[in-house]
Amino acid sequence: MDAPLLSVEDLHVRFPLSGSWFGRGRKMLHAVNGLSLDLAKGECLSIVGESGCGKSTTALSVMGLQEPSEGSILFRGKPFSGSQAPSRMERAMAAQMVFQDPYASLNPRQTVWHSLAQPLRLHNVTARSELSDRIERVMHSVGLTPEQAERYPHEFSGGQRQRIGIARALILQPEIVVLDEPVSALDVSIRAQIINLLLDLQEEFGLSYLMISHDLSVVEHMSDRVAVMFFGQIVETGPWSAIFSDPVHPYTRRLIATIPDPGAVLGLSRESVVEGPAQAPAGWIFADDGSSAPDVTVGPEPSELVEISPGHFVRLARS
Amino acid sequence: MKPLLDVRNLELGLRHGGQAHRILKGVSFQIMPGETYGLVGESGSGKSVTSLAIIGLLKKPLQTLGGEIFFEGRNLLALPRREMRSLRGNRIAMVFQEPMSALNPLQTVGRQIAEMYVQHQGRSWAQAEKMAVEALASVRVPTPERRVRDYPHQMSGGLRQRVMIAMALACDPALLIADEPTTALDVTVQAEVLKLIRELCAERGTAVLFISHDLGVIATMCQRVGVMYAGCLVEENATRDLFVSPQHEYTRGLLGALPKLGSRRLHGRQRLVDIDSFIADRSRLTETRFIAPRNSVSGEAG
Repeated sequence: MDAPLLSVEDLHVRFPLSGSWFGRGRKMLHAVNGLSLDLAKGECLSIVGESGCGKSTTALSVMGLQEPSEGSILFRGKPFSGSQAPSRMERAMAAQMVFQDPYASLNPRQTVWHSLAQPLRLHNVTARSELSDRIERVMHSVGLTPEQAERYPHEFSGGQRQRIGIARALILQPEIVVLDEPVSALDVSIRAQIINLLLDLQEEFGLSYLMISHDLSVVEHMSDRVAVMFFGQIVETGPWSAIFSDPVHPYTRRLIATIPDPGAVLGLSRESVVEGPAQAPAGWIFADDGSSAPDVTVGPEPSELVEISPGHFVRLARS
Repeated sequence: MKPLLDVRNLELGLRHGGQAHRILKGVSFQIMPGETYGLVGESGSGKSVTSLAIIGLLKKPLQTLGGEIFFEGRNLLALPRREMRSLRGNRIAMVFQEPMSALNPLQTVGRQIAEMYVQHQGRSWAQAEKMAVEALASVRVPTPERRVRDYPHQMSGGLRQRVMIAMALACDPALLIADEPTTALDVTVQAEVLKLIRELCAERGTAVLFISHDLGVIATMCQRVGVMYAGCLVEENATRDLFVSPQHEYTRGLLGALPKLGSRRLHGRQRLVDIDSFIADRSRLTETRFIAPRNSVSGEAG
């Protein structure tokens, strides 16, 4: 197997809670507890979980917007976090982010052309002809016309704005794109268009996606691999087909069972994969079944990710 | 059996310079007592303004331009404001998408629920506050006797939405309007809140007008569904029939645009329908309608 493009090793992120007296007896909120993941070239890895499970914190750490408390992030085998991290300029060439609400991430007082040109200028692309050329190409690839770049963000519809958000992320030709809930703010019909566009772009440019989402039907459609997070830990990870057709961890099963999917609700699709109680492999128990919220100010109980079939890991504790 | 709510050819919009601009272009549907009816559509299709017109909360410059809304035999659009006020919250109640902006941040939730009993049933505050504890218990809020003293900001999103439901159902309304009640919630919390609405309304025989853009949620909740597009009800059918054999071009496009759970396992990854290329001419979409005759589905509810 090729070396992964990005690897996160034993990532911990903790935030101090208020109410401490000069750091004495200071309580920490454990947002991410020992998370490890690899992202291969050209694959889409989705992190799913509910609000507060640490999925966005993980994404921000990858983007360099949140310094890890412990652990390391490597890009092509070189440190991507900590004291040896590359400069912001180099980092920007490696990983970019598409946000949930594109309107909030675009400058309302700049035309789209300026928003797209700025990162190029910072990376020493200053010749007007080259700027125009690259902006034209990126506008085309996200399904907009170059003329539309002369407009301001408020002149676009929600779907078009998300296209601009994607264009902005792609303008520096990064290898990794972090997608933070890229379609959850969009209407059904627009959502389909953006999902199609993201899949086309992934194929065209060989992009690697790290997608954060809570919408499991979108995740099933787009991902190669899925990691399910619960309170700062990955509780189950594996190829999309394993997660969706053979979920093992009680939390994964609960998540899948709660999706209001028309086919499942009306009994139109194959019988549900999540009937009956979750079974831990012999000799193991589930460290936390995800049924209640653990105390976030203490770390989790010791447990490990056990490989139950090729590439399919489940968090278990020894019984 | 007579329908509980009968919306007839409802038109609304705004008048500007002597010209009427219509937002709803003649919407008609009926809800039977105890029935759960879904309105589904994309942003701007007119589903929320329909519900606001029913509960009498349309804000200027929006106004009704035509049609009738019969509720328990009375035309709501012709009702004096006083009577509409006594009806609202009492016989017709509403749950909104964003509980944080629908609740008063300066009052305890117990006080806000109690107000329903004071306003509509003429109870004393002391009595009403006792009833608020029961109301919270009925929406399965743990330790309700302590929770009544909480302010909205002290509660999680799911709990706040439970408080909204407790308020809405306090006076045992005949019709509950739920406008995207779970859109702001996490999936597992969403499932709990949907279950709660379903069970409480079935227990009390409350009819529900359920508005959502999420086809999956609509399928879970509703017996009949109306699909709205550009201010028109383009298709109406029993839920199962609508999903199994959508008749209108727009409904077919909408269902095809939805990634369906399990479909990749069965058929591999198929490109989602791009509704713009699927539908040749959007301007002609509202010219055809498909309204299925009401069948036995509502019969069992009544």
